[in-house]
Amino acid sequence: MLDRAATEAVAKNEATRPVRFRGAGFVPASSRYGGWIALALVIAIWQAAGSAGLVNALFLPTPAAIVRAIYQLAVSGALWQHLSASLLRIGVGWLLGTAAGVVVGFAIGLSRLARSVGITFISALFPIPKIALLPLLILWLGIGEEPKIATIALGVFFSTAISVYSGVDAVPRNLIRMAQSFNVPFATIVRKVIWPGALPAILAGFRITASVALLLVVSAEMIGAQYGIGAFVLQAGNLMQTDQLLAGVVILSVFGLVVGKVIGWLETRLLHWR
Amino acid sequence: MDLIASHITHRFGDLAVLDDVSFTVGAGEVVAIVGPSGCGKSTLLSILGGLLQPTSGAPELRGAPPADSLNPLTFVFQDFALLPWATVEENVEFPLLHTRLSAAQRRALVDDALRRTGLTDFRATYPKQLSGGMRQRVGISRALAVKPAILLMDEPLSALDSQTRELLMEDFVRLLADGGMGAVYVTHNLEEAARLADRIVVLSRRPGRIREVMTVPMTRAARGEASAREKLLALQNQIWSLIRNEAIDAEREVQHA
Repeated sequence: MLDRAATEAVAKNEATRPVRFRGAGFVPASSRYGGWIALALVIAIWQAAGSAGLVNALFLPTPAAIVRAIYQLAVSGALWQHLSASLLRIGVGWLLGTAAGVVVGFAIGLSRLARSVGITFISALFPIPKIALLPLLILWLGIGEEPKIATIALGVFFSTAISVYSGVDAVPRNLIRMAQSFNVPFATIVRKVIWPGALPAILAGFRITASVALLLVVSAEMIGAQYGIGAFVLQAGNLMQTDQLLAGVVILSVFGLVVGKVIGWLETRLLHWR
Repeated sequence: MDLIASHITHRFGDLAVLDDVSFTVGAGEVVAIVGPSGCGKSTLLSILGGLLQPTSGAPELRGAPPADSLNPLTFVFQDFALLPWATVEENVEFPLLHTRLSAAQRRALVDDALRRTGLTDFRATYPKQLSGGMRQRVGISRALAVKPAILLMDEPLSALDSQTRELLMEDFVRLLADGGMGAVYVTHNLEEAARLADRIVVLSRRPGRIREVMTVPMTRAARGEASAREKLLALQNQIWSLIRNEAIDAEREVQHA
């Protein structure tokens, strides 16, 4: 006891030092403006290199030249002509593919028979690059809009079906058993338990299918279209108009960003309970 | 209305879980089911509530449920089973949505259930905003809203801290006090069983068989008194002596699994 008191007295007379903080880093967070500053920096360096003649404008036009090209496209009306053609194909193709994918995904998630049949077909057909089917679809549906829309719809369908049945599978079984224990009918369980429970996975699937639709519309338009961003980019490439080509690429990028923002907004509105 | 477990046997594949379990829960009676880990207590409750088909035997009902009961056998779940996207009020109303009740009637039932569980001020909150105890109160409130004849409670307090357990136990005692509602209370906590049950069914290690059915020798109201504490403790010790060795074996079996 005395020894301990003596030790404590000695210890109290010693100078203190702070415990070193060792818990920094490894946090999956980003700074608010970091990304924008980095983007602005890259564009500034790119512009400076182009203006100083360090980069050949034929191979890599400056950002200012790309902006000018977009402006001219907008003023001439060509931008809207190409963009509207692409948007129509994406819109119709995405809606058709999503509607079919949601129906089939729910069927697989809810029915043992549909699961056995559906998963076999999806496993066999999902890995096929859908753009490879475009020639066949042209043969079947003609050379109009239909094969391009069908290509997009097919690409969207498989990803949607997979995300929907995965979402249905991920709904906690205890919630379904709870509903059954109250004799809640099947349709109400689907509407009130399974649908909201699967919604996070379905919305995550929408992000993927929006990118798939964008990829396929460009590919399909490059193969057989007069108007559309894909056709425009291909045409600009053939004519070595790289500023126009990159203008098309920037428009695609902006479209992707806008779709991402819309889905983000939907997630905030519909999944506020998370 | 009586709930009868009639020669219930259940297997999960090669694993025998329950073996010829029979007992009756009378109207307004609270029966606790205790036993070592893995003895099939929760499986038995699922079978009694119609959520699981037994391999043989059957759960049966005798007599009519109360006229106003919307769901005579109603579960209170260990993990609460609340819809995370629904508010407290919506969760409590959920089992009423498919009934023929009008919106006003549903509202009255929800209001009453929320009041009885002290949740009136929390009706617009989401489950993630509530503590574990409050979430279980929502689960209880949801069960009360359908006016059950028998509550099927699957370790309803095991996910909660000891203080919250104590508070909810007081709520259970109060809710079951008038004898209008019976309960099957599955628990591994012998104190909870002794405080709440009229009878305690002691199951053996897996496959669960009935080792003993013990009657708690006093009314629930009397168990709050200081003089009752010793008797309840003796009862708990008696049950523990019945299952202690098997509980040790069961624990080792789980660890080696």
